[in-house]
Amino acid sequence: MFDYQFFVEVLVGGLLSGVMYSLVAIGFVLIYKTSGILNFAQGAMLLFAALTFVSLVERGVPFWLSLSATLMIMVGLGITVERTVLRPLVNQSPMTLFMATLGLSYVIEGAAQLLWGTQVHGLDLGIDDVPFELGGVLISRFDLFAAAIAGALVTAFALFFRYTRTGLAFRAVADDQFAALAVGLRLSRVWAAVWTAAGIVALVAGLLWGARLGVQFSLSLVVLKALPVLVLGGFDSVAGAIVGGLLIGAIEKLAEVYIGPFVGGGIEAWAAYVVALGFLLVRPSGLFGQRLVERA
Amino acid sequence: MTRPVRSIATGWLSAPHFAPAVLLIVAYGVVPFAGSDYLLDAVLTPFLALGLAALGLNLLTGYAGQVSLGSAAFLAVGAYAAYNFNLRLHGVSFLMSLMAAGLVTAAVGIIFGLPSLRLRGFYLAVSTLAAQFFVQWALTKFGWFSNNNPSGVIDAPQLTVAGIIFTGAVGRYLFSLTVVVIATLFAIHLLRSQVGRNFIALRDHETAAKVLGVPLLRTKLLAFGVSSFFIGIAGVLWAFAYLRTVEPAGFNLDRSFEILFMIIIGGLASIRGAFLGAAFIVVFPLLLSRLGAALLGNVFDSGVLEMSQRIVIGALIIGLLIAEPRGLIALVDRLAERVLRRSPRPLPRSPQF
Amino acid sequence: MRLSRSLRAAALAAAIGLSAALPTHADEQFFPLQSYRVGPYAAGGTGFFGGFIDYLNLINIRDGGVGGVKLTWEEGETQYEVERGVEVYERLKSHPGVAAWNPLSVGIAYAMIDRIAKDKVPLITINHGRTDSTDGRVFPYVFPLLLNPYSETSGIVNYIASREGGADKLKGKKIVVLYHGSPYGKETIPIYKLLADKYGFSLGQIEVPHPGNEQQSQWLSIRRAKPDYVVLRGWGVMNPVALKTAQKVGFPVDHIIGNVWSNSEEDVIPAGDAAKGYVAITTQASGAEYPVLQEIIKTVYGAGKGNLDDKKRIGSVYHNLGIVNGILNVEAIRIAQRKFGQRTLTGDEVRWGFEHLQLDPARVQALGAKGLFHSINVTWDNHEGDGRVTFQQWDGTKWKVVSDWIAPDWAFLRPIIEKSAAAYAAEHNTKVRTSDETPVSQ
Repeated sequence: MFDYQFFVEVLVGGLLSGVMYSLVAIGFVLIYKTSGILNFAQGAMLLFAALTFVSLVERGVPFWLSLSATLMIMVGLGITVERTVLRPLVNQSPMTLFMATLGLSYVIEGAAQLLWGTQVHGLDLGIDDVPFELGGVLISRFDLFAAAIAGALVTAFALFFRYTRTGLAFRAVADDQFAALAVGLRLSRVWAAVWTAAGIVALVAGLLWGARLGVQFSLSLVVLKALPVLVLGGFDSVAGAIVGGLLIGAIEKLAEVYIGPFVGGGIEAWAAYVVALGFLLVRPSGLFGQRLVERA
Repeated sequence: MTRPVRSIATGWLSAPHFAPAVLLIVAYGVVPFAGSDYLLDAVLTPFLALGLAALGLNLLTGYAGQVSLGSAAFLAVGAYAAYNFNLRLHGVSFLMSLMAAGLVTAAVGIIFGLPSLRLRGFYLAVSTLAAQFFVQWALTKFGWFSNNNPSGVIDAPQLTVAGIIFTGAVGRYLFSLTVVVIATLFAIHLLRSQVGRNFIALRDHETAAKVLGVPLLRTKLLAFGVSSFFIGIAGVLWAFAYLRTVEPAGFNLDRSFEILFMIIIGGLASIRGAFLGAAFIVVFPLLLSRLGAALLGNVFDSGVLEMSQRIVIGALIIGLLIAEPRGLIALVDRLAERVLRRSPRPLPRSPQF
Repeated sequence: MRLSRSLRAAALAAAIGLSAALPTHADEQFFPLQSYRVGPYAAGGTGFFGGFIDYLNLINIRDGGVGGVKLTWEEGETQYEVERGVEVYERLKSHPGVAAWNPLSVGIAYAMIDRIAKDKVPLITINHGRTDSTDGRVFPYVFPLLLNPYSETSGIVNYIASREGGADKLKGKKIVVLYHGSPYGKETIPIYKLLADKYGFSLGQIEVPHPGNEQQSQWLSIRRAKPDYVVLRGWGVMNPVALKTAQKVGFPVDHIIGNVWSNSEEDVIPAGDAAKGYVAITTQASGAEYPVLQEIIKTVYGAGKGNLDDKKRIGSVYHNLGIVNGILNVEAIRIAQRKFGQRTLTGDEVRWGFEHLQLDPARVQALGAKGLFHSINVTWDNHEGDGRVTFQQWDGTKWKVVSDWIAPDWAFLRPIIEKSAAAYAAEHNTKVRTSDETPVSQ
């Protein structure tokens, strides 16, 4: 007999996990959209943000002060990265830029641990993760909270890009870098803004993931969960990152529960990639990706 | 450093072939006698194995323009395939196992190369991660691969070729060196053939290549197959000549990145670049850590030193990419030209997306 | 030209490596440490190697070494990666007076098994490592001291039995093992099956893919299976996530039993309140109230030579494991010195010491470690030494011992271990020893 209630539970759990994947994926998309870089340092930034925040809190700095201090540091990081890494590498091949972000992730990871130590920290955001039942289905309070935060973040970004000058510039650059340059937009300023935005996303994702996993080195590994989301949703679409995240989360959990037992379990690590790949064979630029994914 | 050769057959004494010849003579004639066990076992043997892997990846990425993030998985396939051939087929020589392992890896590579028929750029790169995670999962999951060893870790058998057992640091080094030299010669030959020209045409402009009559599908899959073949052989060296034990966890994503680093840092579409990059990635961190420990070991503990090194290496990679995006090999060539005052050779282009 | 440069660079590297290894004048016994203070498992590494070094320092400062022989050490960072561990091995193995290797990493230990047999130096894998290396007849130089993975499994089942009121009460109970998707995680699968058959409990074993930062589906499956106990055979970040997710699906935390790599502060602190009540196995109690720890605090930290940056971590699980590891190494040297004399011993002589490492509870008390660990009784053919285990419960701020010292079912496990060791011996043409003689080199 098929247990529908259990199915719904797995599905809901998967969708909520998917929100957390989307959150990481959005950071990638912001940067890819404007500069064509797959920023592998996103994981390191996430770790750095969470570690900075939690270390400040543990040293007795009040919550909101820590949050704004970390925010400032992430803004500083974004601007520094633009100055020291991106600007000198302008016009290089995407591969070179990708490698540069890998190098950057070494620097950030090293610096984060050098500054704050390698210890494992707990992070309590003040949300008691006691589940509640809705029609017989367990739902996690924390996951709902995370989904709300993610929703707020995306809305804020949408408004920002729609109604501010920098936002407009961002969209212009995303549409056509050279045209944007030609009409006199300052590319460097847009990039600095975008890396700052990615830093903010990293902070939010870092705090939410940190509350789940604890703040420690492994936090930087959550990027691996975001990559299939990017493939599925398209590297350059925020909407794709969200829908892709939800899809990957749900499919991954359902596959593990219903297919896993037949092959011995533990298939989550690659099932998401297989799904994303299968989908790509039909639509090579992802769910919402622009058709022109290559850059000649 | 065993940067061999373009062609040994012709013009031993002509300038371009002089350096490789000297290199080979030193690698065979001097290093085994002069090098310490530590140098051979912990520096040169892993350098040779990873250099060969980098060469394999460079065929795919540098020459044929297809990016892969799954190199470590192919290393693992090679290592486990050789282990199982050696274990299960009695009377098969180790060399046969080595070749068979390369072929198995090539087959696996072709399967995971299938997405390249539809995908390009980062979409392809990320999709090769499927290979990375699937292979690791399968090797851990199915005990058969590790002969049902309770902990999934296998021990490497001895390296025996035609009755000669390669033991000791020198033996393992010479074995690796010989395999790498032969494989490199093969790669050079391949690149000079029509196949190599097809790879480059594919990389430089897919549509144009198609117009010129390059069979795109076949060339792409061939690139994945050939590249995986080399990486599989490298995996055998890594597992059997260097570590002498294999566990799936050693073939993780970081290793894939490391190999990718080698070819980007060393120089895309350059055989010398692959080895130069491997030397940089293998030797440089060791040097840095020795130096750090010697100079500052009394002031800081090893953790602080290691973290600082990570920062230095990361910064250096970025610095190198900024200073010379075409890799170390371009730097070296420029230096050499300045010294020899010859007209510059055209430099290879980086692949495009 | 390029070659000469790189050769020179390599020679420089070798020279720097060697300069640290200049011949020693006085009698010294050297511990090469393949430590990991960076990377995903740094928290465990700093604790363990910190404790080990703290104890070695204590012996040097308080006693002037062991029998007048000074203890020395050098660290090489491995980040828990096998090839870095091998590099450190090759670098430090020629240092004079190597006593024993203590990598605290299964992967590195495996890569060293052939190497140390050739170099005739003991390899200590306290609480972990290859189970069949317990059979000293086949593995003369490998010592999985105190607890091998099979004994751990048996100890956990015996503890559950004691909570249920006896082994006969296990019948009809349901236990789920949640294991890390790695060779380490899978190692005990057959043993749990054997024990399930023996005691008649039903068993489910569920894999968590590495690194284990998502466990929603696994815990939903557990919720559906409604087991009486969940055993956590976890690693790193998998542990706090398991505890958090258990809370999410409403599984009672005090019915989750952690194994020996899921038993530290680092495993529970990130889980916050979700970990309160969680129980885990251990071979050494935590806390700083034991005389040996008090002496370390006074003598070593008092002199500013303490290894831990954060003094709050003194007495933590990994720190105490490091201290116990220090005690076992030092006592093995002391025992060997009684036979061979008070001088720098060879690796093979230290092996002899480990093969006679018998510390009864009275001796443990004399060492100031009563209650820290129970006892050990290593012989030439039993390299584990019948370590006892105890169980500790996390109360939100510290671990509290909640059980007696429990003995695993060694008699039941021994034939399985011998069979596996015999297979290894056959595969590797290893001569099986029949006494504590020095093994002939292969």
